[in-house]
Order: sequence, then structure tokens, then C-alpha cells
Amino acid sequence: MAAEALTPEAVFNQLNDTFSDYELTYDENVPCIIVPANAIRDVAMQLRDAEEYAFDYLMSLSGVDNGDETLGVVYHLYSFTYKNQLTLKVIVPKEDPKLKSVARIWLTADWHEREAYDLVGMTFEGHPDHRRILMPYDWEGHPLRKDYEVPEFYNGMKVPY
Amino acid sequence: MGLLSQQFDNSNIVITSVEGVLNWARLCSLWQMSFGLACCAIEMMAASASHYDIMRFGVLPRPSPRQCDVMIVAGTVTLKMATRVKRLYEQMAEPRYVVSMGSCSNCGGPYWEHGYHVLKGVDRVIPVDVYVPGCPPRPEALLEGWMRLQEKVRDFTLVKDSSKQTTEKQVA
Repeated sequence: MAAEALTPEAVFNQLNDTFSDYELTYDENVPCIIVPANAIRDVAMQLRDAEEYAFDYLMSLSGVDNGDETLGVVYHLYSFTYKNQLTLKVIVPKEDPKLKSVARIWLTADWHEREAYDLVGMTFEGHPDHRRILMPYDWEGHPLRKDYEVPEFYNGMKVPY
Repeated sequence: MGLLSQQFDNSNIVITSVEGVLNWARLCSLWQMSFGLACCAIEMMAASASHYDIMRFGVLPRPSPRQCDVMIVAGTVTLKMATRVKRLYEQMAEPRYVVSMGSCSNCGGPYWEHGYHVLKGVDRVIPVDVYVPGCPPRPEALLEGWMRLQEKVRDFTLVKDSSKQTTEKQVA
């Protein structure tokens, strides 16, 4: 076991060596690692299982509409071994918002990914139960997108005031 | 009353109409459907607890809509829930009453403008007898609403009200 928790930058540098095929970037303004959509599962696996990281706990997974024709997913990780925290981000284009699911890696992600899909509308490939979680199954659209417009009616019920 | 007056040995007798007895019996045993939708349900539970003791009005919470007289819509009615609320209401036996408790179920409350998922008033899907304002209403307010509902039940009659041209919309 390493004596001290790694800084986000140190984690990034090590990951960058491990995953030289993927283009990882580091955002030093808000210390986080930006991971390509197709790399997130491999990176997540490494962060959870490698002894020097041991991020065994996904604190939160949030969907974001960045407002610039991209959607984002933010992962907040925690390591009980090192009491260390790390933030990952995935940015996907709005017209084709697909990324790999981490629900098999951290079970917490199961419902969180469903929520992100439900409200922001990105697709998590490989999710075991990919469907809406809050809105009714026959709801159209994803309400937390910036360009979302409230429907006039839902099942014959008027929606606006 | 000429025939009966002064004909009894003791005063242990009550004279009333059948309608009066039925209404009195019903208003003193309005059974409530036990379900809550949001924070208003906490106040509703407080009204049931010992301090406010809504049971002294003859209110029993029942787990099935078929055994209930009153539905207290306590909380935010989402569009997803609205279809369920409507179905539960339809399963209640007549005569049935609805108390809309709190701003959300009255008119959408704080979600009136940006609540894409909230029904702006439960009266858009089921008829409401009493509206209790508040966010959430205190248990006293619910008790007040309950007594208003009792007044409504007490005044129920099959006789036409000749003073009114149009008959009042009867909730049934």
C-alpha cells in the first residue's frame, strides 16, 4: 500500500502512461481528468482495482448539459483505503451522446446512469437495465436539457399552469 | 307534534329526520385513505398522532380505497402519480370526498412555473371538495378543512333547493 494518497495530477500522469492509446486530458482549473467516451470503462476498472488507486466507491454520477452542444457525465470517486477523492469527466456530442456504462464496476452507477439518461439523455452502452427511472416510461424528451420545452399535454392532462 | 306532545314519561327520546341521522352518522365516521405524496403527508400524520388526534372525528385510515370515504391528497401530484390518483379515486365507493391538502395539490405550489413533471392542481383530474391552503398546512388547518367537509356532509340532502336556479354540482 502506498503511504500517501495520490493527487489528481499524479493519478492523471500515471493513467496517461498506462493508457497511452487513449487521449486523457487534465483540467487543472477544476482538478479532474477528462476521459474519452470509449475509455471510461477501462479507466474506471483500473482506478477501482489497481492497488495504488483503490477507488472502491462511486460517490456520485451526474449528467450535465454543458450548453455548447455537448453533454457531460461527471464521476466523483472516493477511496476508503487512502481517503482520497478524484473527479472524472466524460464529454460527448449532443447529436450522438453515447458512452460506456460503469454500472458493472460500481453498482451505484446503475440507478445514477438511469437518472442521467432519463433527465439529460445520454446512452450508457452495456447498462444492465437501460430505461427511465423518474419520469414515466412513455415520457418524451429529457427534461434537464437546456433546449427542453415543456409539453402542452401529457396523457390528456394539461401540463403548463 | 300535537299527538305526541307530553305523552312520554321520560325525556330519553330524540326526534329527527332519516336524512339527519344518516348524514350525522356519515360525517362522524369519514374514513380516510392512508396515502401521502410529499411533505404534507408528514403534517397529515401529525394530525393523526396523539397531539391533534384526528381520530376523535371518527377518522380511520384505511389501506384500501374500497373502504374509504375521503381521499386526502397530501402533497405534490406528479403527472406520473396523477394517473394513479385518478384510478384510486375511481376505486372508492360513493359517496366519496376529496380534500386537497397544501399548495402543490391545490394549484402546483412552488412547481407552478418550472415543474414540467407536476400536475398544476389535483382538481384537473378529480373533483375536490375542500382545499386546505398552506405549504404545508399545519395540522390545525387540516382539522379545519376536515370540519368544513363535515359541514358539507351535514348539509347533504335529496331535496331540491328551491332558492337556487341551477343545482349545485354534486360530487359523486
